Order: sequence, then C-alpha cells, then structure tokens
Amino acid sequence: MRIQRNGGTQPHPQTEKPDLQALRLAVSDKKNREGGLIPLLQLVQNEYGYLPEEAFGIISEATGLPIADIYGVATFYAQFRLQPVGKNIIRVCHGTACHVQNANALSEALHEELAIEDGQTSADGLFTLEHVACLGCCSLAPVMMVGENTHSKLSAKSALKIIREIKNQASQDQTNA
Amino acid sequence: MIMKTPSQIKIVVGLGSCGIAAGAAKTYERLEEIQKIGLYDFDLEKTSCIGMCYKEPLVEVNDGKNWTIYGDITADKADDLLSALFTGKSAHTIEAIASKDKAGTEEAFLQGQVRIALRNCGHINPESLDEAEAHGAYAAIRKIAANNLTSEVVIQTIIDSGLRGRGGGGFPTGLKWLFAAQSDETEKYIICNADEGDPGAFMDRSLLEGDPHSVLEGMLIGGYAIGASSGIIYCRAEYPLAIKRLKIAIGQAKAKGYLGQNVFGLQGFDFDISIKEGAGAFVCGEETALIASIEGRRGMPRKRPPFPAVSGLWQKPTNINNVETWANVPWIVSNGAAAYAAYGTEKSKGTKVFALTGKVNHGGLIEVPMGVSIRDIVFKMGGGIQNGHQFKAVQLGGPSGGCIPAHLADTPVDYDSLMATGAIMGSGGMVVMDETTCMIDLAKFFLRFTQDESCGKCTFCRVGTKRMLEILERITDGKGVPEDIDKLEKLALQIKENSLCGLGQTAPNPVLTTLKYFRQEYEDHIYHKKCTAKACKPLLRYRILASECTGCTICAVKCPVDAISGERKHPHVINQVICTHCGECYSICRYGAVVVE
Repeated sequence: MRIQRNGGTQPHPQTEKPDLQALRLAVSDKKNREGGLIPLLQLVQNEYGYLPEEAFGIISEATGLPIADIYGVATFYAQFRLQPVGKNIIRVCHGTACHVQNANALSEALHEELAIEDGQTSADGLFTLEHVACLGCCSLAPVMMVGENTHSKLSAKSALKIIREIKNQASQDQTNA
Repeated sequence: MIMKTPSQIKIVVGLGSCGIAAGAAKTYERLEEIQKIGLYDFDLEKTSCIGMCYKEPLVEVNDGKNWTIYGDITADKADDLLSALFTGKSAHTIEAIASKDKAGTEEAFLQGQVRIALRNCGHINPESLDEAEAHGAYAAIRKIAANNLTSEVVIQTIIDSGLRGRGGGGFPTGLKWLFAAQSDETEKYIICNADEGDPGAFMDRSLLEGDPHSVLEGMLIGGYAIGASSGIIYCRAEYPLAIKRLKIAIGQAKAKGYLGQNVFGLQGFDFDISIKEGAGAFVCGEETALIASIEGRRGMPRKRPPFPAVSGLWQKPTNINNVETWANVPWIVSNGAAAYAAYGTEKSKGTKVFALTGKVNHGGLIEVPMGVSIRDIVFKMGGGIQNGHQFKAVQLGGPSGGCIPAHLADTPVDYDSLMATGAIMGSGGMVVMDETTCMIDLAKFFLRFTQDESCGKCTFCRVGTKRMLEILERITDGKGVPEDIDKLEKLALQIKENSLCGLGQTAPNPVLTTLKYFRQEYEDHIYHKKCTAKACKPLLRYRILASECTGCTICAVKCPVDAISGERKHPHVINQVICTHCGECYSICRYGAVVVE
C-alpha cells in the first residue's frame, strides 16, 4: 500500500517556515550535486524531515533542472514527503505476511486513536501515520515501526498501548518543563 | 537439556533486522554487561540472521566442538541462559532448538536445506572481513587470479552451472554475462539489484545483512567476466542495516586492495563498487526503470531492445543481477559448475532461498535445492500450519506471482513446474495461508499494491489495474454481479498483453490464479453473498445464540450503532438492518454467544 502523501492538504500543526541556510549550503557543495537528483533530495529530506516548497527553487537554480522535473521525481518515489512530519513516524507494515495476520486491525485502531488517516499528522504534532509495503520482518508479523524501533507480533490492543505510552511520556515531559 | 561447559565458550547473538525487532540487541547488551562484570567467562560475538525467525531472538553457544542454538532469548532470559550454561541451574527453562549433536524437534527446519547463497549467513560476524575470509570469502577471485582464468572461462563456468536469475525472471545468468561481454565498449557497468520490493520477501535483506562480502565478490567476478570497472548496488532505503553493513564491507575491501586497481594482481582489472539508495518505488525492480532511477529520473521502464547488455546505464553496456544471484557466483567459481549443477532438476539447477512466512509454525529464511516439493517446505521445514488449521494455499512471487492450492502441494519447486501452475518462482517470498484467508481479499490486496505502484506509463496497466481493483472491491463488499468474473478475465488478459514491463504483464496473476483454483469462492461471494473464510466483513452476519447469551449487556453497550437490544439477564438480539458488521460484539463476548455466519 503506497503512502498517500502528496494529495493531503490538511492543515499542518507546524507552520513555522524552515531555516533554509543548511539547504543552500548543501546544494552549494559541488559533490552533492554530482551525486544526482535523488541523493540530493534525500539529503534535503534527512535535514528537514520533508521537502520544503522553497527547496525546489533552490535545487533548480543550483542544478539547472526545471522545477517540474524535480517535482516529478519527488512525487514519483514513496520516500519523499512534501509535508512536515510529526515527532514520531508510525510505519504500519502492510506486507503480505502482515496482511494475512490482520495488519488492518492495527491501522484501524490507530486511525481511531489518533483521529488521522494515512499520511497525516496528529493535531498535537506527535505522530505521523504511514502505511508501508513491507518492513521485511515477515516472520514477526504483524509489525509496526515507531521511529527507529520495530515492534512485533502486535494486536490492535498492544499497538495502542505503545502509542499511549509515548503520549503519556510526552505530556509528562511537558508538565516537567 | 543444558550442556555443562567449563571450557571457553563463544556466545553468538543473531543481530539481523528481525532479530533486532524481536529484542536481540537488548539481549546482546545484557550479555555484554554480564561479561564486563566478569561473573562468567565467555567470548561474545555478533552474527546476522540465523534463519529460524520464528524463535527470535536466537543465541548460538559454541564450545569449539559443538554448537547449540537457543530460541526466545530475550534480555531478561540472558542471565538464565548463562547460569544454565555454567551452573546447570536456571530460574526459567531455556529452550535449545537445534544443535550439532542432538536431534531436536526444530531440527527438521534445518534438515533438507542446502546452504549455498546463505553459506555464511548466521555463521560469521558480517562486520568482520577476517571472519568472512576464514570462511572462504574472496577465495573464488583468488582462484581466478592464481590460475589465470580468462573471462571466457569464467562465463562458461557460470553457463555450465545452469544458474538462472534469482530475482524471479529466471534468465540464464551466464548468457546475460556473455551478451554484455561481447560489446566492444570500454566503459561497462555491473549493477546489483537490491531493491527487494515484494511484500513478504526478505531474502536479499538477510543476505546483505549476513554476508555482504559474498555479494561484493560476486560482483567483482562479474566485473572481471564482462570487462566492467564500476559496480553499483541499488538498495532499498528501507533497509538501513543492510546499507550500513554494505558500507562497512566496501570500506574493508577497499582498505585491503580488494577493490581498486589491478585487484588481486589481475593486471588491467580495476573495479570499484558504490551504493545507490532507492527512494521507494516497486517498479524500480525492473531493469530499465532501475537504470532510470540511478540516473536521477522517475523510475519508468522503457522499451527493450536495446537491452541493458547493449545500452544500459548512461547508454553503456550494463549487466544487472539480483543479490542472491551474485552471492551464488563465488561458490560456483570455487567449487566448479558441476558441483552446483548437481543440485536441482534438469532445467533448474542449484538452490533457491525462500522467505517462508504466513500461517506456518516455523517461519524463517530457508535455502532448498530446486525440485523440493511445496509440501516438504510447508510441513517439514515449516512445521505445518499454525493452531492446527487447514493448509489452503501458498502464494509465491508476491504481486507478480500466484497462489498454488493445497491439492497441488506436491508440485516441485523449479521454474518450469511452478510456471505450469500459473504461479512463478519469483524472488522467493512464500506466504502460507489457511482456511481463514479469503482468496479474493488476497487478490485484492495484491492488486491494490500493483495499482498503487504502477508507474502510469502504459494505459492498460494504469487504468486496467484500477478497474480490476474496483471489481474486486465490489465483490468483497457483497455487491458483485455475475458478469464480474468474465470482466476480470478479459481485463487481465488485456493488461498482460499490452503492458511494457513485468509489473503490468504479471499484475493480473494473483487474480488469474485465484480464479483458476478458487473460482467457487468468487461465485460464493457473488451469487450467495458469502465469504467462507469469514474475512470480508460486509458479507458477514453476526447472530447471538439465545442458548449461550447470559444477558450481560456488554455487547449492547459496546455496539457503536446501537443495533443490539435486550433486557438484562435475557438473551439479546442483533438488528440485522442496523448492524454494520464491525465485529465488536463478536470480539467482546466472553461466553461465545456471538457467532459469525
């Protein structure tokens, strides 16, 4: 199931404009430009978590490629995001093995809990929910990744428990601060 | 049974992606802590996927003579394992699942396997070049250099071995090399396709994580054979650990001079390898799309000919092989073509790696000689079906493949026999299904995938898959009409015939094979509005058994649409008109009074 990222225009909680200095610096390095367009976009996304609109103009100027071409590449590949993301990216695996072990139940529970659809970010900016094709941990199905951590053999209940723990931790941190 | 071992023992933790997901990294940390305290004396090492994924985290204990593999060793059991090993006592039972000298129940998982591509996976520390070399890495390229084997001899060896492309296509590897070698161009490329995109497949990931040097050596040999000086590994960005270990391996090989100029003393043979991270597009598994992606464009396939062997990356002759194919190459050169061809069937030689998953007891990574039957894989190595359910079918080849029903379980696993059933060998995803899997739902799952991943170039693939998906959605929603089956078959044929690349040509396979073997299920959905697997929610009917209902009211309280009514302590009823088939009452009832029909 491909992540639906580009059509979504829901208002995003983070409205701050990104600092573009790092981006200008990155594209000014000739070595980065020689690696080709895709590695360059990957570099930008690693820095910002998504591809800011302004990035297209800057990359176009540096590489001489039309913005349309760059946008074409950015929207072709599932990896690239055009919207900022929440603090934690939840990737629910929908590979074949996870599908036959009822990964849909996880997704439905998460939709309800976070009140968002795939590709969207929760109102508190804590979570971005994504469906991915396969995380390659098929023997541990169903699986989801939260940030860098992979959780295995989940049920709707255990998946929600993980999410709620992160929520509680976040609100505790807020009160402490 | 726990072995006592006063002598120096080596404890090896399986740290592949699945192992880490199951908590192996924490087990390793805990063992490291204990080692630091100095309570027990042992060597601690890492390895990658041992293969028995269903028992992760896995720990191997080796005393130099014997080895034993223990399963389910999470961090909290690390202490138990050590006290069991050193004192013979432990608070919890520690389960030995396989060993060199003892026959265990799980031994069957390893029996019947022949590990050629996976020869070092789970045996060596994938981040150590010394260990890899001690296990034979770079011996094949040394043999070529020591015996002055010409590129023609190397290509002939690969042709004679009968090795065919392990990415799913099954094209003879040696011939592919020959075509690229025949070009007079001075600049040629070698590409390793590590864009493993099939959902339900993790063979290439495990190989790259477990034994990256075998792939590098394979590419070196391929480079020498066709006269290329540059190799590129196109790897999915979703495999961070594989990329990390590849980078380490490339660094080590460069430092030792195994990559660079005049490698292994072969005068005039320069070879270098770099990594390109894919950005997530299934279609990039197709050769020409993959090349477009490396060149920085949208990964859309183009018409062939010219084939990449004539005009590939940057319009230069290019040879693309899959990870598993490359990993087989050094073994073939070292052991000879005849040794490899000794395994397998007449037209399919050697071995094939499968990712065995789904409703099977022992899922994991297996490598079997070609010709083994599906039944042996599912019931012997896989240990049968989970929870005593019925074996219904296996799905091979992911979204491009098809289902093989239980009554054809004796089909041997080789390219031609599988093709005859309508399925394909594919890259090695093998998903086992039981009677709770609805075949139409499964076909819909794959079609949604290919429909999403279609690059959009060919109309039949772009629009046709969407129309087919709509029909399948209609059927699983209980709105199917009798003409739907004919329409599906017609569309499937048109898409197959009018698509440029493998994605479109094979996209209808899941529908065609399920129609071939499970037509009755389609008809049940359409004519009787019934899903025998009880998987399609809109077709289910929930009913409360008056004899079992205690009138606890919990279902009535939980029902989101207030479809359940009844007095406390009296049997309740579901109003079928209001019911949305969500299944909440079914999962909440503690008395088994709610039944699904």
